[in-house]
Amino acid sequence: MLSVRDLGVAFGSVQPLSGVSFTVSPGETLGIVGESGSGKSLTAMSVMGLLPLIGGRITGGTVEFDGADVTKLPERAYRKLRGGKIGLITQNPMTSLDPLQKIGPQVDDVAKLHMGMTGAEARARTVEILGTLRIPEPALICDRYPHQMSGGMKQRIVIAMALAADPDVLIADEPTTALDVTVQAQIIRLLDDLVKERNLALVLITHDMSVVAQTCDKIVVMYAGRAVEHGPVEAIFDRPRHPYTQALIACIPRGLDDATRLTGIEGTVPTVLNYPKGCPFHPRCPRAEAICAVEPPEFSVEGDSAAACHFAEVAHVQPA
Amino acid sequence: MAVRSLDAFARMSIGRAFSSGVGLVAGGFLVLLVLVALLAPWIAPFDYAAQNLMNANAAPAWPHLLGTDEFGRDVLSRVIHGARTSLSVSATAIAISMTAGMALGAAAGYFGGFFERAVMTVVDLTWSFPDILIALIFVAIIGPGLTSTTFAIAIAYLAQFTRLTRAQIVRLKRETFIEATINLGAKPTHILLRHLMPNAIAPVIVVGMLAIGDGIVLEATLGFFGLGAQPPTPSWGAMMSSGTAQLFLSPWVIIFPGVAVAVTVIAVNLFGDELIRALDIRDRLRGA
Repeated sequence: MLSVRDLGVAFGSVQPLSGVSFTVSPGETLGIVGESGSGKSLTAMSVMGLLPLIGGRITGGTVEFDGADVTKLPERAYRKLRGGKIGLITQNPMTSLDPLQKIGPQVDDVAKLHMGMTGAEARARTVEILGTLRIPEPALICDRYPHQMSGGMKQRIVIAMALAADPDVLIADEPTTALDVTVQAQIIRLLDDLVKERNLALVLITHDMSVVAQTCDKIVVMYAGRAVEHGPVEAIFDRPRHPYTQALIACIPRGLDDATRLTGIEGTVPTVLNYPKGCPFHPRCPRAEAICAVEPPEFSVEGDSAAACHFAEVAHVQPA
Repeated sequence: MAVRSLDAFARMSIGRAFSSGVGLVAGGFLVLLVLVALLAPWIAPFDYAAQNLMNANAAPAWPHLLGTDEFGRDVLSRVIHGARTSLSVSATAIAISMTAGMALGAAAGYFGGFFERAVMTVVDLTWSFPDILIALIFVAIIGPGLTSTTFAIAIAYLAQFTRLTRAQIVRLKRETFIEATINLGAKPTHILLRHLMPNAIAPVIVVGMLAIGDGIVLEATLGFFGLGAQPPTPSWGAMMSSGTAQLFLSPWVIIFPGVAVAVTVIAVNLFGDELIRALDIRDRLRGA
């Protein structure tokens, strides 16, 4: 089980992430949604202990894995978690594999590294995992080079590598962004099945609200490095209380008739250096009032969900 | 596994380098030259050190096809044995230089920070000395001879290999697949040896190939100045040097070793160019 509490991240004096909390249990899928630049990937990197590599550090909060805080773990110990207990799938399968090595050896390495398997054992395991990921003729695929495979197939290989050491938690950072729409659906369904079959805890990072609606149990909506709303997926979709969540849901394309035009959210996510005062969303918010530019909103809890908006109590009455 | 796939890759590319007309001629000549160097004692018509003062400075004619020098030694036999000296000294020196350069460059590029700055400063310093000066330092320390020449050439090319390897590693380090490997919990040694080096090595091999040509010239230069091979060891540079004395009397003594150096270096460079084309790495050789 993975539990992140009040996580804050800084690069020097810049604070791109603060107050992010969530929990995922085995067999559960948590969606982290938000536009590009809202801090989703940074959250994933923090959990993987990769911040020192890019010059960042955790300034507050905890990342608990199986009840123990791992933020203070030394690099050597963290390596056992990475790939061993927590798997990470990144967004670009095209470039996530070593171009000079065949698929087999690349996947074998993970089991050799984390499970102390010999070459033959690791290969047997690789073939088995590729099979469960519905890759046809896994034994043959092992002898292929990455450039001989399609994007969807490469993404499956990347998932196989993340699963090879049987981790408890899988973090998928926009796993389908670089893929064709048809392949996207396959990969999402595959991840969904893996959660059930292997009792995985899945953290699905995406900007696609329709994917979240289909697969997730819980969701965290992020904006400008903060969680702005979180709760069970049904509650959030039925009664989104934060205007940003409402706007994201309104952006899901529906229907084919000409009357429903594609909608968007005006403006862009502020950069780290000029996060606005008060509520970070207020410059783009249709309901913003004077208080929003001054006072950062507290979470307003309702049942299992909570929204950080001054008008959360009334906001779920969606504007027509 | 990494070695096997790299090997296949290299074989494929070298095959492709031979596939063009220029590549075939230049590569064929080099293969021939290596064979000549290896088989020198068996194919040289005469003993390279056998003197015959009665027949000194003889013009090319049977049985001395390339004539004789001022001691009546067979020039052809000396050119053949000279190939052995030139190629072995240059290849050994470049092998040392390449190994050390790759290790230093990879470590500097991967670990970065103070270590990188320290290594690169020292390495750049060696680059600022002319090759001849480095050779003179070695001659002063361990005396003239092939060992000094070898080390001088090795140090002269160290900076090139170090900088090139470092540039490759720094570039590759940011690639997604390296990030992915880190995400899977791999150790730095695994990342460096298994993923970074195999991906970085192709341009280093080509520069190594081209450097062998430069090494031959440098060996000849040092030999010409009497800092390299000592008599009676035949070396193309030393032969040319002794030939200067009878430049007008018996020009063949200086011409044939000179031609050997020129043709060899041209062949090495042409073949190196074909390799660059075959490996498709022209871009990656810039900025190093």
